[in-house]
Amino acid sequence: MSVDSVFVHKMWNDHELSKMIEKDIPFPMCSDPGGTIGTMYGIYDEEGGVETRGRFIIDPDGIVQGYEVLTPPVGRNVEESIRQVKAFQLVRASKGTEATPSGWKPGKKVLKPSPGLVGNVWKEWKVTEAFDE
Amino acid sequence: MPEEFKPGCQRPAVKKQKEEVTDGTVMEPVKEEQQTMIKVGKPAPPFSAPAFFEGKFVNVDLSEYKGKWVLLCFYPGDFTFV
Repeated sequence: MSVDSVFVHKMWNDHELSKMIEKDIPFPMCSDPGGTIGTMYGIYDEEGGVETRGRFIIDPDGIVQGYEVLTPPVGRNVEESIRQVKAFQLVRASKGTEATPSGWKPGKKVLKPSPGLVGNVWKEWKVTEAFDE
Repeated sequence: MPEEFKPGCQRPAVKKQKEEVTDGTVMEPVKEEQQTMIKVGKPAPPFSAPAFFEGKFVNVDLSEYKGKWVLLCFYPGDFTFV
């Protein structure tokens, strides 16, 4: 989603992006002239007339589970977005009985919050698990 | 002569001019309504927007994605660098 028109989106896809990935962009490139939608999401920069790098995770019920907003010169980490989606999917599948601690990724230990876990996380989880090897 | 500028990571901004009223007082550009950040755990603001998708121009409505996980990404502009 950006303030560019759908015509410019087509040109960007056809002349640059499709050459990077050797196919068309596999998701809709939305147009938000005037930043109306960007304003609703709180990421429209009125002064520059553009949308900042806002990224929102919306669950199957339409609930916002998380977001990140960056100023224009720094790009996002796509892997981190995917990791977060996987973590929210795990929590949802467990109906909230499981939680993913800092640094979790698929295959790493999850926690089951309970009265017994209070004050005992140190037995279940080590700080090294917050980091990649 | 028009002044040359270097392209940055967003589209070049249009500078809003301050308006000078006849009595010499300067009017600030009108501020649009205050934006507030949305909250996690709350419904995503609904929207419908024109889009380019699979070679066609289509209308995308967020409500059509109920039942799916959505990653909604905003960015400063087509043909920017990062």
